[in-house]
Amino acid sequence: MTQRYDVAVVGAGPAGLAAACSAYENGAEKVIVIDRDREAGGILNQCIHSGFGLHYFKEELTGPEYAGRFEEMLRKTGSRLMLDTMVLKVTQNREIHMMSPKEGYSVISAGAVVLAMGCRERTRGAVGIPGARPAGVFTAGAAQRYVNIEGYMVGRRVVILGSGDIGLIMARRMTLEGAKVLACVEIMPHSNGLARNIVQCLEDYGIPLYLSHTVTEIRGKNRVEAVKVQRVDESLKPVPGTEMIFDCDTVLLSVGLIPENELTRDAGIKIDPRTKGPYVYENMETTVPGVFACGNVVHVHDLVDFVTAESKKAGEAAAKYANNSALNAFNSDLKAIINGENVAYTVPQSIRTENTDKFAEVFFRVKRVFGDSVIELKDGEKPLKAYKRQHMAPGEMEHIIIPKDMLLSAAGSLTISVKEEEKQ
Amino acid sequence: MKKLELERNKAPENENRAVKELICIMCPKGCRLKVEEGGGYAVTGNACPKGAEYGRKEVTNPTRVLTSTVKITGAIHSCCPVKTDRDIPKQLVLKAMDVLSGVVLKAPVRRGEVVVSNILGTGANLIATRDMEAAE
Ligand SMILES: Cc1cc2nc3c(=O)[nH]c(=O)nc-3n(C[C@H](O)[C@H](O)[C@H](O)COP(=O)(O)OP(=O)(O)OC[C@H]3O[C@@H](n4cnc5c(N)ncnc54)[C@H](O)[C@@H]3O)c2cc1C
Ligand code: SF4
Repeated sequence: MTQRYDVAVVGAGPAGLAAACSAYENGAEKVIVIDRDREAGGILNQCIHSGFGLHYFKEELTGPEYAGRFEEMLRKTGSRLMLDTMVLKVTQNREIHMMSPKEGYSVISAGAVVLAMGCRERTRGAVGIPGARPAGVFTAGAAQRYVNIEGYMVGRRVVILGSGDIGLIMARRMTLEGAKVLACVEIMPHSNGLARNIVQCLEDYGIPLYLSHTVTEIRGKNRVEAVKVQRVDESLKPVPGTEMIFDCDTVLLSVGLIPENELTRDAGIKIDPRTKGPYVYENMETTVPGVFACGNVVHVHDLVDFVTAESKKAGEAAAKYANNSALNAFNSDLKAIINGENVAYTVPQSIRTENTDKFAEVFFRVKRVFGDSVIELKDGEKPLKAYKRQHMAPGEMEHIIIPKDMLLSAAGSLTISVKEEEKQ
Repeated sequence: MKKLELERNKAPENENRAVKELICIMCPKGCRLKVEEGGGYAVTGNACPKGAEYGRKEVTNPTRVLTSTVKITGAIHSCCPVKTDRDIPKQLVLKAMDVLSGVVLKAPVRRGEVVVSNILGTGANLIATRDMEAAE
């Protein structure tokens, strides 16, 4: 007989842990969290640096501390944490098929499902660097795992491609462990990493950051021996004559993350090509009723605190769905959110007005760096609200709050766009 | 949250006015601070009091919280993450790493447990940042 749960959560990273706790707090009695890893915590286990929890716990924690607190909270709920178990399939009628060395193949069914599988790193293949294929090329996250969890160094002389936060954090980490980090190379004219990480991870250790540069060749027979770095022009094409050669044995790629959505796709859930995650409504429900999603599987987050907030929303909605107290307003008064000028994506992608309480929150990313600027919310062509910002960048998630009465008054779909503030 | 753009590569124009421009690292917002050197070390540009404290410290005695790992035996992994429970002088960070390289813990270890007390006489303790159970 298949076991039945009120809410089943796939993934025990910060997203899955928070969703499970909140499902329990909102009335789900039987909750299960499943993870393929040997321990809960997801990516946070390898993020040993501090920088987590300033919003949620009002103190700065390391990744393992943040995960540890949530694991403790989950344990207190008496929910089941099933580790070492790979979820193979999630069906539209909310059955979960899984495999573990201990229990073999098993199937459970759930009143509601929360997908929280996180994301994986883009690899060299996804970036397409020409040159040899020697050993010594790692994604920054894989290197982070080797160094911080398994305890072995991946190299001595390192060049980092990409200036996202993981790359910056690893520049400092490798330096502390005695490696020489020769350069951090970023193709864009700005870094997507946090300013604080540029200061405390690069500048503290005198590591140069080359903006508008990229690695154009990796040399070496068995192991990386050198890389060629070149400046790029405005269309990101390498500029001849700007070549620099760095003698190094290791290249770390910090070139972005992609939501991990094989299960989502197989379940027939609609995927948004912009976020590469499931299309979600205001309460994080996907296009399959009773299946919710949260965290990096939906869109890549920079701050775990936002992951937690989003996941609590998903957990609450999942509990309500499982207890049949959801509004079940599936297609009632659906307000699609259209990405206007300079908006790369939004989450949620649409809002069911009747399902919102007092307001709806919309998260989004801008396409480029902005100084003093305005976020405009429009109902078709009609302006509804303007939100001022002093600074926005693609690497920083933005969000706005739309009051319910404004949603009710809107006739058509909502458009969010961003522009520079007009100087008086 | 503010990010760095190209403008950080500009030459500092106010060297002689003895105002130091810094980026606060106390939270992800990354405020751009101006600190008057000498005198009262007045700080401007900070969105909260933590920034004023950071600015003052950064020009007088810069400090950092160190996060790293130490070896552990008998656990499921061979490393245990640790941190200093308060900031230590920046110039002692690499020396502290030398101390860490000589430490070997034995599982089980509890989150918050002191691994090295008063590291390098800084008054900061090195503490474990996660539980490490003894592996069966
Ligand atoms: C290297 C790095 C540094 C970061 N630094 C910071 C920082 O300084 N401050 C900050 O606030 N945030 C930081 N973040 C962001 C934040 O940590 C992440 O956004 C957050 O951890 C995402 O949580 P998640 O639960 O969605 O995903 P994850 O933590 O990736 O968890 C997903 C879980 O799902 C499991 N899973 C996936 N597929 C399956 C399957 N089929 N079956 C079973 N289990 C499965 C995985 O094993 C994993 O445990 C960082 C992120 C990274 C990657
Ligand atoms: S001044 Fe305050 S708000 Fe600004 S970065 Fe520092 S800690 Fe954050």
